[in-house]
Formats: sequence, C-alpha cells, structure tokens
Amino acid sequence: MSMTQTQRLNQVVKTVSAWPIYIVGVLPAAWLFYQAVSNNLGADPLKALEHQLGEWALQLLIATLLITPLRDLFKINLIKYRRAIGLLAFFYALGHLLTYLWLDQQWWWSAIWKDITKRPYIIIGVISFLAMVPLAITSNNLSIRKLGPLTWRKLHQLTYIVVPLAALHFVLLKKTWQLEPILYLGVGLLLVGYRFWRKRLA
Amino acid sequence: MTKLNYSDVTPKGVFLNRRKIIAGALASTALPQIGFAKPLDVVKSEYTVDGEITPRDAAVTYNNFYEFGTGKGDPLANAHTLTTDPWSVEIGGLVNNAGTFGLDDILKDVTLEERIYRFRCVEAWSMVVPWIGFSLSELLKKADPQSGAKYVAFETLYRPEEMPGQKNSRFPYPYVEGLRLDEAMNPLTMIATGMYGEELPNQNGAPLRLVVPWKYGFKSIKSIVKITLTDEQPPTTWNLIADNEYGFYSNVNPEVDHPRWSQASERPIGGGLFAKRIPTLMFNGYADEVASLYSGMDLRTNF
Ligand code: HEM
Repeated sequence: MSMTQTQRLNQVVKTVSAWPIYIVGVLPAAWLFYQAVSNNLGADPLKALEHQLGEWALQLLIATLLITPLRDLFKINLIKYRRAIGLLAFFYALGHLLTYLWLDQQWWWSAIWKDITKRPYIIIGVISFLAMVPLAITSNNLSIRKLGPLTWRKLHQLTYIVVPLAALHFVLLKKTWQLEPILYLGVGLLLVGYRFWRKRLA
Repeated sequence: MTKLNYSDVTPKGVFLNRRKIIAGALASTALPQIGFAKPLDVVKSEYTVDGEITPRDAAVTYNNFYEFGTGKGDPLANAHTLTTDPWSVEIGGLVNNAGTFGLDDILKDVTLEERIYRFRCVEAWSMVVPWIGFSLSELLKKADPQSGAKYVAFETLYRPEEMPGQKNSRFPYPYVEGLRLDEAMNPLTMIATGMYGEELPNQNGAPLRLVVPWKYGFKSIKSIVKITLTDEQPPTTWNLIADNEYGFYSNVNPEVDHPRWSQASERPIGGGLFAKRIPTLMFNGYADEVASLYSGMDLRTNF
C-alpha cells in the first residue's frame, strides 16, 4: 500500500469508532445458533456449532495478534479495535465452551471431569480458555488504571500462550495430522515469535 | 417372503422431503448422490433394533470416508465420480476356490435381505441403518477356506484419480481391515450392497462394503476390492496409524475409553441440536450374539 493510501486508511480509522464491532461481531454467533436450532447445519448441528465457534474464537485471537505487526511493518494503525476484537474472541470461546458443556456433554459432570483431567486436547483447551479469563476481565480502562500500564501489559502477554495453546488444541483433536489446524498453529507461533524478536531488537 | 417397501424403513417426513431433492437431482446428472439410487428387491430379515431409524438424509450426508476427504461432508461432495461398474473382488489366500469375481457373480447366488443394525462410530456418534446385503459367511463358504485359515483381510479400492483423498496423502493407502475368521463367519457380519431400500450411494462404500455391527464403524471397510484368508493377524489401517488408540478388535465397549473421548455414551445423529446422548451398550447391543467369541479374553488389552 502506498503511503497516501495508508494515511487515508488511518484517517478513516480515526472517524470510525470501535463499538459497532461488538454488535456486528455477535451477529454471526446469533445467526449460527439460529441455524443450528432450525436444523440447517447438516446432520450434526451440534458439532457444526461447536467447531465454528471454536474456529472463530481462534481466528479473532489471531486477529488481535496481527494488530502490532500491521502497525510496525505497514504503518496501519488498528490498535483502537484491538480490545473489541479480543473481547469478541473471548465471547466466542465462551460460546464454544458452553456448547461443549450444555449441548455436547449435556451437563454430564462425570464425563466432563474425565475429559478435563485425562484428555490432552481438552486440558490444553481449558488452559487456553482459563488464561483468557483475566484478559477479558481486565479489558477496560479502569483495569489499566488500577493495574498500571506496565503490569497490565505484562498480564496481557498471556495472549502469547493463549493462541498457540488454542491452535495446539485444534491440532490434537483431529484423528490425523491435518493441514488446516497446523496452519493455524504455524501462524500463531509466527506471530508470537515476531513479538519476541521485536522485543529483542527494542 | 415379503417384499419390502421403501417407505417401510424410512420415517415419512424424510420420505416426503426427498421428493424435493429428487427434483433437484434430475436437473443435473453430475450431482452428488443424495436423491434416489437404483431401488433394490429385498426381503425383510429378523434383524432389527428398538429405536428409530436414522433419517436417510443424515446417513448419506454425514460420512467418514477419508479416501474422499477428511470432512464429514467431503465424501458426499467428492464420491459421485467413483466408477463402481465394472467392479470385481479378488478373493485369495488360504482358500480352495480363489479368483476374481465380478459383482454380478457374487450377487447371483445370494438373497439380499434388509437388516436394521445399530452403527456406532469410534467418535462416539451413532446411527440406526437399514442395510441391504447378505452374510459374509455365504461368500467365504463359496471361496472354501483351507483349514489353516484363521483371519480374513480386506482391502479398499486404491484409485487416486477418482479418490482425491488418496492424492498426496501420508495416510497409508489402500485402506485395509481384518477380522478373525470366527468373527467373519458370525451370521451378523454382513456384506452390504444397499441401504434404505436402494443401492449403496458411493459415499457409503459402493458397490459393496463390510458391516460388523458390534465393532466401531471404521472396521466396516468400504468399497472392497480384495479379500484374503490368512493364517496371521492382518494389519489394519487405523492400528497402523495409532496403535495406542485403535486395536485390532475394536469392539464397541463402553468401559474402555478412547484416549481422546469417552465411549460410555453416544450421540445419535439425525435428531437435531438437542438430541439426547444415549448410553453405549456392550458390543453395541449384540452381546448375546458375539460375547462368546471373546470369552476368556481381556478386552482392555485386546481393545
Ligand atoms: C474451555 C475449554 C475448551 C473445551 C472443553 C473445548 C472443547 C472442544 C471440543 C469438544 C471440540 C470438538 C472436538 C470434536 O471434534 O469432537 C473442540 C474443537 C475446537 N476448539 Fe475447543 N475447547 C475449549 C477451548 C477452546 C479455545 C479457548 C479455543 C480457541 C480460542 C478453541 C478452539 C477450538 C477449535 C478451533 C476447534 C476445532 C474446530 C474445527 O474442527 O473446525 N477451543 N473444542
């Protein structure tokens, strides 16, 4: 992108606020759930719902990690949308988890307990999700003020483990090595690697 | 002999629904096989189960057949280009009557019957399917196994031109499966050539496949081209890929979990988003017929 185009884009960003992202962002989840309820997601609507919510959560997380390199490397500044994208990622992960607990396992606690203590891909998913919780809770200005920007930033570096773990969760749940989850893992590791590389330079 | 009417085995809603699909299918010949295939003349059998038959639409659209892709919808999308006519099966190994037999040859001496079986996937979902076919033992008796034969090995077609999943795959194709001879001779073990009153759709393993209802679905090998009687336990594909996850026997057993999921219950496919999980039965509900095959064996180590 030429300099002028980048500048124009950044100009547009200045005038477009972040709040519509929340509204637009939850619409696909609502639509998906409606489709699942009305039996329009194929023979196994539960798995379709569970998979799609998990995949969108992962994609949104990757999007949050893309913001910094976009600014560094292409001078595109989307930082004002990062919080909204991150919170949406949490919203989708939560939906994914609730789908698992409610519709997949049907609140069958003994089986759920076995899953989260015995099965590596579930354990990894749970760790990834739990690490998102403090991030979601502190994604507001008050928390930044209370924690102080330095502590806050340290805390939010948890993202660097959330994304690779979520992608690893995806890789491991397939019965064979499959390209799609491995690509997610590769992209996730690349973006996290970029952060560390950048820090060393700084 | 009662002649089976197609609508006898399919819930009415599904039956009517399909008219819409057929209308669409007629518009294009290259469409995936979701509408009518050739209807078959069959007789009813004693084999049936309590519980509702899975809607046909679910059974022909939700498939594991990695030769056509790893997604559940990939077989439907890709399998319609498979050539199933002509088709022959090479029967050999420790038999007195070895040879390569055309499909018509195989079918001319058997009576096709409908058997409604539970079908349990290792991924903890299940269906109830009205298969059409005959006992594998009939075919094996014709081949006349020698006294040293102890196992039966099966092989799926290898034809990457028509099976896109076989191209550039690290999966060790062709897909192979196996049974102990006594398992293969059990009357429940069948060769299916049809389902829901019609020929098998390609995505379900046309033109002929194995159905072993007390074992996880991957044992029921599809689109068979080779059957070999052996004196040693034959290799099986999923066991070659991950022997800690998939054993040779792979009998349905709610007490022995797969490392990545519980086998204690299953999700019936076709019941919508809120379908209730149901408990999985030992040997998938066929313990009376097959438990004796494994008496004295530790089913935890022989999983
Ligand atoms: C809270 C703990 C979690 C649990 C219990 C959980 C559980 C599951 C389950 C049961 C599946 C489906 C497995 C199957 O195919 O049967 C799945 C798939 C998936 N999950 Fe999770 N998950 C968790 C957290 C996460 C998180 C935090 C993310 C991403 C941010 C995530 C992303 C995914 C993805 C991408 C898939 C695969 C989707 C596909 O196959 O297309 N999961 N998860």
